[in-house]
Amino acid sequence: MTQTQPLALINARLIDPESRYDGPGALVISEGVIADVSKGKDFSSLSGDLRVIDCNGGLLAPGLIDLRVKTGEPGSETKETLRSAAQAAAAGGVTCFVVQPDTDPAIDDPSVVDFILRRARDIEQARILAAGAATKGLAGERMAEIGLMAEAGCVYITDVDRPIVDSRIMRRVMAYATAFNLPVAHRPMDPWLSKGAAATEGEFAGRLGLPSAPTAAERIGLERDLALAELTGARLIVDQVTCGPALEALARARDRGVSVIATASINHLSFNELDIGDYRTFAKLDPPLRAEDDRQALIEALASGLVDIVVSAHAPAPAEDKRLPFDEAAPGGVGLETLLPALLTFHHEGRIPLIDLIAAVTLAPARLLGLSSGRIAPGSPADLVLCDIGAPVIIDADRLVSKSKNSPFDGRRLQGQVLMTLVDGKIVHRAAG
Amino acid sequence: MTANAPGIDQVRARTFPFPRRHFLSVLDLDAARAVDLLDLADSFVALSRQTSKKLDLLKGRTLMNLFFENSTRTQASFELAGKRLGADVMNMSVRTSSVAKGETLIDTAVTLNAMQPDLLVIRHASSGAAALLSQKVGCSVINAGDGQHEHPTQALLDALSMRRALGRVAGLTVAICGDVMHSRVARSNVNLLNMLGANVRLVGPPTLMPSGAARWGAEVHHDLEKGIAGADVVMMLRLQLERMQGALVPSTREYFRFWGLDREKLKAAAPNVRVMHPGPMNRGVEIDSDVADDPAVSLIQDQVEMGVAARMAVLASLAARLDNA
Repeated sequence: MTQTQPLALINARLIDPESRYDGPGALVISEGVIADVSKGKDFSSLSGDLRVIDCNGGLLAPGLIDLRVKTGEPGSETKETLRSAAQAAAAGGVTCFVVQPDTDPAIDDPSVVDFILRRARDIEQARILAAGAATKGLAGERMAEIGLMAEAGCVYITDVDRPIVDSRIMRRVMAYATAFNLPVAHRPMDPWLSKGAAATEGEFAGRLGLPSAPTAAERIGLERDLALAELTGARLIVDQVTCGPALEALARARDRGVSVIATASINHLSFNELDIGDYRTFAKLDPPLRAEDDRQALIEALASGLVDIVVSAHAPAPAEDKRLPFDEAAPGGVGLETLLPALLTFHHEGRIPLIDLIAAVTLAPARLLGLSSGRIAPGSPADLVLCDIGAPVIIDADRLVSKSKNSPFDGRRLQGQVLMTLVDGKIVHRAAG
Repeated sequence: MTANAPGIDQVRARTFPFPRRHFLSVLDLDAARAVDLLDLADSFVALSRQTSKKLDLLKGRTLMNLFFENSTRTQASFELAGKRLGADVMNMSVRTSSVAKGETLIDTAVTLNAMQPDLLVIRHASSGAAALLSQKVGCSVINAGDGQHEHPTQALLDALSMRRALGRVAGLTVAICGDVMHSRVARSNVNLLNMLGANVRLVGPPTLMPSGAARWGAEVHHDLEKGIAGADVVMMLRLQLERMQGALVPSTREYFRFWGLDREKLKAAAPNVRVMHPGPMNRGVEIDSDVADDPAVSLIQDQVEMGVAARMAVLASLAARLDNA
């Protein structure tokens, strides 16, 4: 039977962030899991009736796990469906992603979690997980049914882009979630300082006349969240640190022993405010792009491990939501297909070891969510990506698989082409040619 | 006939193709082009003071005024400028039409573009709106104010007013005072005045001063009298009423006490100082009537007249580029 015939991937540059192995290797996949791993050039120990794929020295790593992906399903299917997002993920080497609850209706109820996960079962291009809302309708007022959503399978709770303004409610959400050992993700942001902002306060935004907020808004929000995490013992996920002052606050909390996970979006690692240029709405993001000093601090924080996880912050927006004056345009960019090559930039620049970059999008999120993927070890799910990390690519937004084409990377030259993506041992994407 | 109007030869000799298809920002110009435009505008001032004002430089051309924000004076100024140059002028009051029905800026622009205008004048409440529009239409776009970004024809008319009153712009000390943060007039003026060699100061309360303004090529002051000390020109900016009731400044009377221009404070400026205001004024808030209405110091009426001439210069120059295309 060909379907159950084990598949061998040989002659690869194998990266396993768990054992911190980066070297030649091969592996065998059987019944959707990694059955055998052979590290070193000699893979003669792998035997049996194998279908063999020669990786030609390409990078073979665990498939990427993306903690922050928005789709339009349910509610705005013209932007992106679960299926189209999964196809984009497969094209980008992302084998697992967590959809955000700011849908319509919101994922603030166990039945909507169930709806997402049932839809996900029929989609084989990627494993789709769901985050639940922290408060009903993401309104920041009444707690959502956190326990029931946890039982239904949601992996963390978040109000996505809307910070919980009332600190008392935030405290209760955090405290309550500890009963279910559920992480709480929260955007660090002072809502009043950030009100109406479309850019980061500074010389550039001032010249363009754009409504802007200072980075202090992020630091203030973060300091509160860290204090409440310390108070409640909650598993806080700092949803996208973007600036130097917030990173300093994060480092201080870590020094005090506060247990907290911090994420960074690939956009804030790759762009600064000048990329807005002449009011380029594809570069309108939320949080807005920061100054170059902040970007450099963020890269350093990723290198030092202060930032644990990199997310794509995939946020599809159709053309009609982007072809508007800058302050009216929808924020966000699609990112599932560009996450890996954009991340590889820091390897090519010699700034961050490849294995650490891979860990930030595989092992780190897997550990946070308690998944057995994100590593290359016998018994782990065969969710894998094969990538030619040196291949030059020019990102062309029109050729993205995603339903929405709003990529801030449009026109960018990157290095790294996904050759093959496997989920559950099945090849779900293969590069053309 | 109009073609024989006195001064027309001078105008024709001075008319030059605009360096770009659109006029979105002062930064579309360089110093030499800006001076050329001021010279051209000067000859339009002379023409506009004659009985026979009409020219045919824009004959056959269609100018559309597309105003998403209310502005009687700027719209009238562009309309008159277009008509004096012989263009067909159409005014679209967009607030009352299809935009209210959910049509986007781009939809409106594309629709109007299909009517084959040659020049599209746009005012919009969002920064960058004129730039966005310019990417979607086939005609020349003139920015008549986009949000808090730029209002380049205002800067030209201001420079023209200064030059006619004081004989030069280079070397003048110009203090721009008031709500700099929300002012497109301030941004365009800082750019143009720096280009023309003036010394620029920005004066206002810290809550109305954008962060990073000190790096715009201007001195920043929070004390009005220190900010206008020795200034040749004091340009007051309009303070929107909704911004002064406790939000950004405590009250109108407190604002006037510290940042309103009156005769007493004006003594700090140069003896031959001129006072300007882009209008409409809030008398008793940012400027005292005693100063605003004094013909010996106030250029405010001149600014209105120069507005038509400066816009004629811009339209003629843009049309000359179209003619060459």
